Amino acid sequence: MKKLLGLLAGTALAANAASADDSALTIAYNVSLPSWDATVGVSAVNPTIQSIYKSVYDQYIDQDPDLSFRPGLLTEWGWNEDRTKVFMVVREGATWHDGAPVTPADVVWSLERAGKEETGNPIQFLWSTLGNFTVDGNRIEADVLRFDPTVFKWMAFLTAYVLPKEYYTEVGAEGFERAPIGSGPYMVDEYVANSFVRLKRYDGYWGDAPEFETVIFKFLPDASARVAEVETGASDITLEIPYEEYDRLAAKDGLNGVTTPVSDIGMIFINDVGVMEDANVRKAAAHAINKDLIVDRLLRGYGVPIDTLQAPEYAAFTAETTVAYDPEKSRELLAASGYSPDNPVKFKIQTTRGFKPKDYEMIQAVTGMWKRVGIEAEIEVYEIAKHFDLRARDALAPAAFYNWGNSIGDPSTSTGFSMFGPSPHSTWDTEDVDAMIGPLWGEQDEEARIAGYQKVDAYIAENAMVIPLLQFVQPIIYRDGLSVTPHVANFLLPQNVSSN
Amino acid sequence: MARPLVTIGSIFLTLLGVSVVIFVILRLVPGDPISMMLPPGATDEVRANLERLYGLDKSIPAQYVIWLRNVAWLDFGMSTQFRLPVTEIILDRLPATLELVLLASLIALVLAFAFSILAVWLQVDGATLAIDGLAGLAQAIPDFLWALIFILAVTLFAPMMPVSGRFDPRTAQDFATNFYLLEALVTFRLDAFAELVRYAVLPALALGLPLAAGITRVLKGALEEAMAQDYVMLAQTKGKSRLAIVLGEALRNAMIPTIALTSVQLTFLIGGTVLIERQFSWPGIGSTAISAVINRDLPLIQGIVLVFALIFILINLASNELYRAADPRLRTER
Repeated sequence: MKKLLGLLAGTALAANAASADDSALTIAYNVSLPSWDATVGVSAVNPTIQSIYKSVYDQYIDQDPDLSFRPGLLTEWGWNEDRTKVFMVVREGATWHDGAPVTPADVVWSLERAGKEETGNPIQFLWSTLGNFTVDGNRIEADVLRFDPTVFKWMAFLTAYVLPKEYYTEVGAEGFERAPIGSGPYMVDEYVANSFVRLKRYDGYWGDAPEFETVIFKFLPDASARVAEVETGASDITLEIPYEEYDRLAAKDGLNGVTTPVSDIGMIFINDVGVMEDANVRKAAAHAINKDLIVDRLLRGYGVPIDTLQAPEYAAFTAETTVAYDPEKSRELLAASGYSPDNPVKFKIQTTRGFKPKDYEMIQAVTGMWKRVGIEAEIEVYEIAKHFDLRARDALAPAAFYNWGNSIGDPSTSTGFSMFGPSPHSTWDTEDVDAMIGPLWGEQDEEARIAGYQKVDAYIAENAMVIPLLQFVQPIIYRDGLSVTPHVANFLLPQNVSSN
Repeated sequence: MARPLVTIGSIFLTLLGVSVVIFVILRLVPGDPISMMLPPGATDEVRANLERLYGLDKSIPAQYVIWLRNVAWLDFGMSTQFRLPVTEIILDRLPATLELVLLASLIALVLAFAFSILAVWLQVDGATLAIDGLAGLAQAIPDFLWALIFILAVTLFAPMMPVSGRFDPRTAQDFATNFYLLEALVTFRLDAFAELVRYAVLPALALGLPLAAGITRVLKGALEEAMAQDYVMLAQTKGKSRLAIVLGEALRNAMIPTIALTSVQLTFLIGGTVLIERQFSWPGIGSTAISAVINRDLPLIQGIVLVFALIFILINLASNELYRAADPRLRTER
């Protein structure tokens, strides 16, 4: 027993010493990674997991921290004059983690596989817009089966990862889950589901070699555990912690903090049912919300108020479209429809609780502001799975809080999919909006397409068909001696962390 | 001969009932795995295709029959989030949970027996009051809150204690089985054993403290009751020390209600792993269960619920046998 106690004390001391290992970076991460196939299943469309995927795999096209696009495994890409064909040039010198070269055949196989219904890729509807691939050296050409102006932007987005054709075919789907390989800067060394993944630097990587030889993502869904990890030095860096904790830790000796607005917005979906068919009610609801106050008081200033579904970093953002905080106007609008604080309009608002920072508290604040002008909203808390289910069935309450990520910053993946009636993600279904968005899906002139979405956003804002609230801010805490480049797409990439 | 057959039959019937209930409930509550994996822009056709791929386009009875037929061959289907066979996932992670539960139970039993015997032996009002107070506190705070308290305490007082995982992720493990603690012990790798205990001690304490409190209250009460019996007075007249009487005479009789309570509490303890494992990133079946529920991984939830149900049944059977062994009256009635 004495020997065992001695060993226990010894291992504790050794653990402290190990935390000072400069060649390793330990990240206290907020979600667990369930699957290594980044192209199918639930994980493939989970934006939070993409940081790990992007450490192991390459995307067709990559993104800089400010969301601008840059070459990934493709060095050149584009359409022909009449948009009936696309071309892609595959990078030379890239290799898989087993040493085999990345070839155009891998790229074609990955795109064809993604476009087949039977593989279960959730973005299959987009990948299937390309077909009849031909390869000439490192250049790939394909027919445009259905024109989609965003197909290259999607090549930097969800499920857009190039997987190794030969290896995957040889080991099969289950074999790949057990021993995944990619062509990214890190390769998988050990993976324990729901606990951690240890990555090793891949020396054959085509790009700049990342600084850390070993990277460990510890999966810690509990925020207090993440705080404890970084505060005790067990982890070097963490993210997604309460803003109160961020302020406390950032002010502490030995720790530093960085925040950045990310491509994730908080919004209130409006369903065009019941009282929400009355434009006065919707507009009153929109004008009664003091977004600055919510950001300042509830989020300690960590948020950017927005009036359209475009965050400032997105392609179709314009500062010209605004929705003013004007409670007096709200009262007038409600009075025109026969409502007042004594005779309030009543409806239900749904929200998650704890899914996003202060989500429930924000909706409490919103209903408080509404009450003062004559809107009585009953709050219903739901879990995220129920939100997805209700939204897919167009059965959300008249108002429903949710967050919407859009790391490629294209208006089609914000306003388009969330406001176009036929989309299963849309809650607002009216012919006027559909008529404005419809032609934009196939618009070949990029400037006209962006301008078109800006007009749609202005129309939606004017008629309060959705109530955008704010752009979320990502807090990151890291130890002294590190330098962290945050990514607007909400990624925490080990290759973007270095020593001072 | 007939009794084991009846027992096995009742186990199968119970599991069958559990499987029907969980299968139907999972498909009736709002939220399905397809909705969880639909990205922006997915069309109704994409949804229909995914439903077909995952077999969710069939009626609930048809889905159940297919599932049951596969389960008969120990095929619980494929996990939609892990994309691996459910059986493989459960077998991979169950050892971590069993070791955690074992350690938590051990901590609970040692604490409960030590405090109960101490209180009855000393017979000092102050000590009894303190032990009752501690037991009340330990029982009043649920396990997940103990976990939070320990995590905060580590930050303040014990930064060397790990709050996540089963071992140091910086070091490679070379165990032949997933029963790391037991394997390290059996193979006399004491340094590895000590390291594993260091990682397990906080989650095990969080799980074990409420159980320890519950057992303490019952065992202490039963011991006090036993100490008032005639046979104890007879032992006293023979000149035996109080401690010898507690251990040699009263403890055996006090065990009967304690076994009954411990078996019930043990099932709660196993249920508690769901939250504790998540809080401490313990890679067991509990944390897997919660991520399966969040992601609506129906095959995995069904498999895990059946395994939990089987464990509960086995615990109850074991406690019945222990009860019989401890109580001679039940043996003669058999």
